[in-house]
Amino acid sequence: MRFWIGALLLAIAAGALAVSGVNEYFFFAAYVVITYIVLATAWNILGGYAGYVNFGTPAFFGSGAYAAVVLFQALGAPLVVQIAAGTAMGAALGFGVGVMTLRLRGIFFAIATVAVVFIMETLMINWRYVGGATGLQLQRPEVMAPFATYARMLFFVMTVMAIAAVGIARYIQTSWVGRGLRAVRDSEEAAEANGVPTLKLKLIACVVSGGLMGAAGAPMPMYLSFIEPASTFSLNYAIGALAAPMIGGTIHWLGPVIGAIVLASLQQIVTVTISGEMNVLVVGVLLVLFVVLAPDGILGLFKRWLKSSSR
Amino acid sequence: MATEALALDGIDALYGDSHVLHSVTFSLQEGHVLALLGRNGAGKTTCMNAIIGFLPARKGEIRVFGERVGRLSPEAIARKGVGLVPQGRRVFPTLTVKENLIVAARGKNQLDHVFELFPRLKERTEQHAGSLSGGEQQMLAIGRALMGNPRVLLMDEPSEGLAPLIVAEVGRTIARLKAEGQSIVLVEQNVKLAFDLADEVAILNTGRVAFAGPASAARDNESLITQHLGVF
Repeated sequence: MRFWIGALLLAIAAGALAVSGVNEYFFFAAYVVITYIVLATAWNILGGYAGYVNFGTPAFFGSGAYAAVVLFQALGAPLVVQIAAGTAMGAALGFGVGVMTLRLRGIFFAIATVAVVFIMETLMINWRYVGGATGLQLQRPEVMAPFATYARMLFFVMTVMAIAAVGIARYIQTSWVGRGLRAVRDSEEAAEANGVPTLKLKLIACVVSGGLMGAAGAPMPMYLSFIEPASTFSLNYAIGALAAPMIGGTIHWLGPVIGAIVLASLQQIVTVTISGEMNVLVVGVLLVLFVVLAPDGILGLFKRWLKSSSR
Repeated sequence: MATEALALDGIDALYGDSHVLHSVTFSLQEGHVLALLGRNGAGKTTCMNAIIGFLPARKGEIRVFGERVGRLSPEAIARKGVGLVPQGRRVFPTLTVKENLIVAARGKNQLDHVFELFPRLKERTEQHAGSLSGGEQQMLAIGRALMGNPRVLLMDEPSEGLAPLIVAEVGRTIARLKAEGQSIVLVEQNVKLAFDLADEVAILNTGRVAFAGPASAARDNESLITQHLGVF
């Protein structure tokens, strides 16, 4: 209950911020940070809870974005419908990929997910309707009241989406699904031998995770007024979605949120103050530092600090 | 006549090209304890893996209460009523004691029964299983298997690596489960413990059944024991 009251207050605050006089650039940057909160939260459902490392984030994200574009092109569908379509597309892809690859374990699963990214990218490069390799300019529709600009509206929409994503991840973590997924991570064979429906649980995780990633991708074309395959299926999304939970901590829903805020904010700052190329380096350096020095992430560090200060 | 709880009938199993089990045949009567004995590498754990479905048998038939389970997945076999206490315990270290139990729960709620068997687990319900002692982890592994209401309980070396006092406690637990009517296959290196509990014995040697029959007959057959177990 406390969580949902906090969530409601957060949504109201985001709405108030979006109609306030804050500099427009803030919303452009914050949109990206919040996108990473959704992606990291989604990634953690399969990667953190079940220990199945997914490098396919761009495939899910991109399929959501392209589903939105197709609907927008064909029917002029509004943003809400685009997001619903992106979610459905991501979830469907999650189901398909899950059925084909979740019997594979460890490194083989990870490799299979990378392949999915290239398959999706190749498909989109060769699809003229959505612009092929050169991409497609999109004419944004009129922004809805009370928002003054599209970026402000997207900022608010994305905040609501992030709250929903975190709510879902939190539910999964504490429910029988999360318990089963953690058993899979600890010892998949022991879980199977004790009748835990491992494949079903992993499929649920893959579908939910894929759906959320698709949802996160759906507003992207409207945010950029443009879509093209190379940047939509960029492996930077894969690394970011994986690095944020690693940095924040994978065992709790709060971990990916903290990690994404820290990482993506830092990247935004570096992009503006140093260079766009450097921000990729930031992820790499932070990831290595955390994996080596704090494998349980910021949450783990915080826990250790709590323990030592209570003594 | 007693019901046949578990039967292996001419089981052949291979790891890749290496032929490990050769026409293994034995059966367990309902409510009995069958001790599966043999030296290291005799194929005891491989037998367990074949029964639970990790290593599907290449030839032969495995039946649980008359029902063939040979082609099923481990999860489906578990749901048919086969519970496994794996070698090396394999509890879920990042789950709490209670979560370890609940995650395996099926059918009638056995939580109270497990806590009654192992009061020590009840005192540690919220503790992570990884922080338990070896003996406590063994109790948890047994409790976890019981949560699924198994009709056949497979125990793979439950005394391995435990202090003598704890081994005795595990022995008493198995005796009690047997008294409650549980059908058990017990894989053991601790031959004394096995003979104390078993009604029937199957002795494996290099993947073949060297002896299958009543425990009393094996216990007194010194040459059999020296030849195939080399201890006692």
